[in-house]
Formats: sequence, C-alpha cells, structure tokens
Amino acid sequence: MNIHEYQAKEIFRTHGIPIPPGGVATTPAEAEALARRYASTVVVKAQVHAGGRGKAGGVKLAKTPEETRDIAAKILGMHIKGLTVHKVLVTPAADIATEAYVGIIVDRASKRAVFMVSPAGGIDIEEVAAKTPDKIMRLPVDPVYGLLPFQALQMGLFLYADIKQARAAAKIMQQLYAAFWASGASLAEINPLVTTPSGDVVALDAKMVIDDNELDRRPELALLRDETAEDPAEVRAREAGLTFIKLDGNVGCVVNGAGLAMATMDLVKYYGGEPANFLDIGGSSNPDKVVAALQIITSDPHVRAILFNIFGGITRTDDVANGIVTATKASPLRVPIVIRLTGTNEEVAVKILQEHGFSAMTEMDAAVQRAVELATAGARA
Amino acid sequence: MSVFIDDSTRLVVQGITGRDGSFHAKQMIEYGTKVVAGVTPGKGGQRFETGVPIFNTVVDAVRETQANTTVIYVPPPFAADAMMEAADAGLSLIVCITEGVPVLDMTRVYPYVKARGARLIGPNCPGLISPGSSKVGIIPGRICAPGPIGLVSRSGTLTYEVVYHLTRAGLGQTTCVGIGGDPINGTNFIDCLDAFERDPATKAVVMIGEIGGTDEQDAARFVKDTMKKPVVGFIAGQTAPPGRRMGHAGAIISGSAGTAAEKIAAFEDAGMGVAKRPIDVVDLVRQRAR
Repeated sequence: MNIHEYQAKEIFRTHGIPIPPGGVATTPAEAEALARRYASTVVVKAQVHAGGRGKAGGVKLAKTPEETRDIAAKILGMHIKGLTVHKVLVTPAADIATEAYVGIIVDRASKRAVFMVSPAGGIDIEEVAAKTPDKIMRLPVDPVYGLLPFQALQMGLFLYADIKQARAAAKIMQQLYAAFWASGASLAEINPLVTTPSGDVVALDAKMVIDDNELDRRPELALLRDETAEDPAEVRAREAGLTFIKLDGNVGCVVNGAGLAMATMDLVKYYGGEPANFLDIGGSSNPDKVVAALQIITSDPHVRAILFNIFGGITRTDDVANGIVTATKASPLRVPIVIRLTGTNEEVAVKILQEHGFSAMTEMDAAVQRAVELATAGARA
Repeated sequence: MSVFIDDSTRLVVQGITGRDGSFHAKQMIEYGTKVVAGVTPGKGGQRFETGVPIFNTVVDAVRETQANTTVIYVPPPFAADAMMEAADAGLSLIVCITEGVPVLDMTRVYPYVKARGARLIGPNCPGLISPGSSKVGIIPGRICAPGPIGLVSRSGTLTYEVVYHLTRAGLGQTTCVGIGGDPINGTNFIDCLDAFERDPATKAVVMIGEIGGTDEQDAARFVKDTMKKPVVGFIAGQTAPPGRRMGHAGAIISGSAGTAAEKIAAFEDAGMGVAKRPIDVVDLVRQRAR
C-alpha cells in the first residue's frame, strides 16, 4: 500500500527524524493560510501515488501566500500519471547545501532489509545505480540484531566527511530503520536527505510503502489508505477480494490465480489482441466475487469482449458459472462473453451455463482466440 | 522415485481444524498421503474426523507420531510462528500454503529455519505432489500422473494448466513443486533443479516462472553450468506493466528489473526450450526428453 509523503513524514517524525514543518491543503485557500503561517517561501507538493511529481509540474516554489494560492489552484486537480491530485503539502522551502539519498528495501536475493545510501541524492536512485554504482553503499541488515550503531556510522561517513554530519545521518538511519520495522514497510526512503548551509542534516522528502500483508494485524496503518488517490475500479475490486489492474486493451479477462491470469493476458497478446486488465478472482470459490468481477470489467467502456479462464482446483467451476448467471441476469451484457472452464465440478458448471444460454469451452487457447476475434470484430463495428 | 516427498513422508497438518486445513487434510488422506497428526493449540487430545490425533504443539506431534514433514494452513498473522515452531520441532520438510505472510516476518523465518537444517517450501504456494505416492498441499491429484517429468513453478493454477497438458499427452511427473509467489520463499528454482538433476527417475524438467526478481535468471545460469537433463521453461507476465504487483506479492517489475523479456533471454542463453504458450511445453519436452 502506498501512503502519501505527508503521512510518511508524520511516521518519520514520531521516530525522531528531523523534518521541516508542513501542512496539508485540499483547497487553494487552505494552502494560502498555511503559507501565511510559515511566513517564508514555501514549496507546494502534489500528494499523489506517482513518481516523477517534480517533472510533471506537481512540485513548485511559492514566494508569497497569494502565489501559494495560485500554484495550489493549478496543482490541485492536476493529473499525474493518470491519478488526480486531491491534496497538496505546503512546507517552508529549505536552503540546501548538499543532497543525499537514504533508502531501505526488502531485498529478495539476500532475503533481508537492505540499506542503500548515496551522496548523489535528489534524483532517481536507479539511474545512480546504473551509471555510477560506486556512489551507492548497500548494507544488508541482520533481522536478529537490527541496524548496529557502527553500521549506521559507516553509512553516515559514506555520505559526509564531517563527523558531526555523519553522526547526525547515522542517527537518522537508526530512526528510519525503526520506522521501517514498526510500520511493516517494504520500502522507506528519504530523497533527498539534505545538509543546510548551517550544517544541519534534514529529511526533505519521505516515501514509504506498507506491505499489504501487514494491514490485517495493524488496523492503524490500514487507516492511512487514501482511496481518493487510487483508481476507483481497483478500490472496488479490493473490497470484493479481487486483484484488479487496469490495462489499455479491449479483452476483459477474469481468471483464477495470478500466474494463470498473467499467462492469459500474454496469450491474448499472442493471438493478436490486447488485454483490458489483470483480474484474479483468487483461490476460493464464491459466486459473489464473480458478480463483482463482471461489474468491474463491464464498467470499462473499452472492453469489447469478456474472457473467463477458470482452472478449477479449490475454485469450483459451478460457483463461477452461478456467478456469471446471477451477474448477467441483473445487468445483461452488452459485449460477447467467452467462457473457458475445466476442473472441479466442470459437468455441473457446463449444465448451468447451457441452461442459461451460454456455451463453455474447455481449452485455453481456443477460448483466447475466440475472445480476441470477437473483440476485434466489436472494435471494427 | 521423486523429490522431497515419497512413501516415507509422515505428515503433520498445522491448522487441521481450520476451514482450509480440514478440507485439504481429507483430500491428502484420500490421495494416499500418510497424515499422522494434526496440530491446533487448545484441541490437543481430540481426534480429526478421519481419526488422526490432534496435538497442541508440533513438538508433541513429532514425539508421538515420528512425523518428518509438515504442511501449514494457519492464518497469515500466525504463519511465521508456525514455520519456526515446525523447524524447532526437528521436521526436515516444512510446506507453508498460507498466502499473505508479511515479508518482514519472512526475513526472520528464513534464517531461523535454515539454521535448523530444515527445508521450507513456500509460503503462498500450492505445495507439492509426487503422483501415485504422496501429496502435500493443494495440487489436485486427478490432473497428475506418475512419469518422468519434474516440474517446478512459482504459480498455482498456471501449474495445473501445464500439468494438465503434460498428463494428457502421456507425460507423467516424478514430482510437481510449487515454490510460491512471494518475494522471500524457502526453496528456490535452483534447489528444485538440483534435486531433479539428482533424481534418477526424472528425465526432463519443466520450470514455470514469472516476472519479478532474479530467481529465474539465477536458475538459467545453473542449468547452463551444471545440469545435464533437459529443461523447458515458460515465463508468465510478458504483458504486465512495470511497478504493479500482479496478484502475487513477488510478481512485480521494479524499475526495469525482473521483466519477462530478460528471463526469457536468460533461458534461451542457457539453451533451454522456451515455451511461448503453456501448451507448447508439451512439444518442447517431447523433443528434448526422447
């Protein structure tokens, strides 16, 4: 789960990380009032779950409260990578001497939380890693001992020659590691970590991704979710217990299992079509999930054909068939549907479908080909 | 012959009284797996509906029944503890089906299990099956048949799809292993390839990967450097957009790393047969296994 910069900053602050003050505004007037309170040049930052906010024009300096209002008016409602900006963070502009990068990720290869720090901060860390790998220090943390003080200092000294600044950075890294664990994060990042002309070390930005698997046992973190910052169809899917990701094609896919769902999308492409989405109805069978899935898919106006691909293991194919019947009774389909199902209770499922005027296929390739043909014909019509 | 499980497998089911645990315990018993014990804290002394004794702790179950393997169906917040309890009780094979285990939990579980010499398969996996002999997990038994093919996969239903094609084509399996779709798991592709390479009954191996991470690339290097048996691969997620988790917690292209294209290139570089569609696995295996 992504959280906003201002939320990550609040978490970091509670762990003691030095961060300039800031406030969130949802209207230009609120932004103006914040600028008046800080009585200095401010930065207005779009709060949206997308990288490259600066390049997209979502981060701007404002010298006066009036200018803050005008800039906030432009940024609020702006679309960045398909997402609408509903909130801005207003924070006093800082004088910057140097910019560094500090991040923690869960590394798959070492199976540990790994620090990545670089004195070349402020820009895309992947670029630094690709072009100047010697400017990055990686440090895997033993989960039993946590980040040890000498390790934190080594990283501090990698960033700063000045021992005072190195110590300050080391302290921030300990605090960041504590915030990372306490929040069940899969990523925590300060980019940039800056030094000011007077020598202070301060975190100017904050990013955190919470592991979705932590949310059930940490309801306080689940409250940080901002549904207005997400695609509405994806929110609806999550509430129904589905995994849905919207894509640009016109073949709507409903599949059980993530691997098979990806393979189905790939096969749509193989036969000359374009998938409209990734949708996994999950392992357990439940007609309600199928109903929700169909509602979500059919709400996409680009969909020209719907493809079900169900390999029944734990999933009972008769449950899926019942779901299709229920959903299409409630709201008849305006696009053709191709149903492939095989496995658990297949005979019952086929009978249910036939009784309601649907036909079912048993082979994945044939079904995908048929769905692509129908979608292509529908797009031409 | 087979890998990891066979007729000598004596199984504990952790979470045997839960909805999933009880359903699949019955399925495994029906398949012929020797389920010797169940564990549910607070229900020790009772019996499961098939008569299998239930214990409060794994260590009790092992002492009383000489179990050597466990399968875990407990809910995500308790799964890490269940895996560590099993390792501490001395079980040599731990299979965790549970989906949704927090990844930071796994950073602690992995070294704990490793230090006690146990093999962990999963979490978030369908388990494994040695057709005709033993099944641990949830892979439907009727789509499998005994034979000479070893199969390893990060997925569940996609595995079934491929196994279904293999079985229909008369290509049975020594063992099918689902290693799971999480970013940190106990057993990787190389562990399974190595086991299949050593298993005299396995004549060819099918490896089903997906986007995210570098496990497939590492495995391709292992195939190139070490393996004599033919390996056929398939990668799911060629049409997946970067930066999005495709259902599995581990199926994500981070920046430009972990794409299907780079994995397929690694497979080709290793001289493996690379299937464009799941069904193509059959012909590739036939050509190479002879």
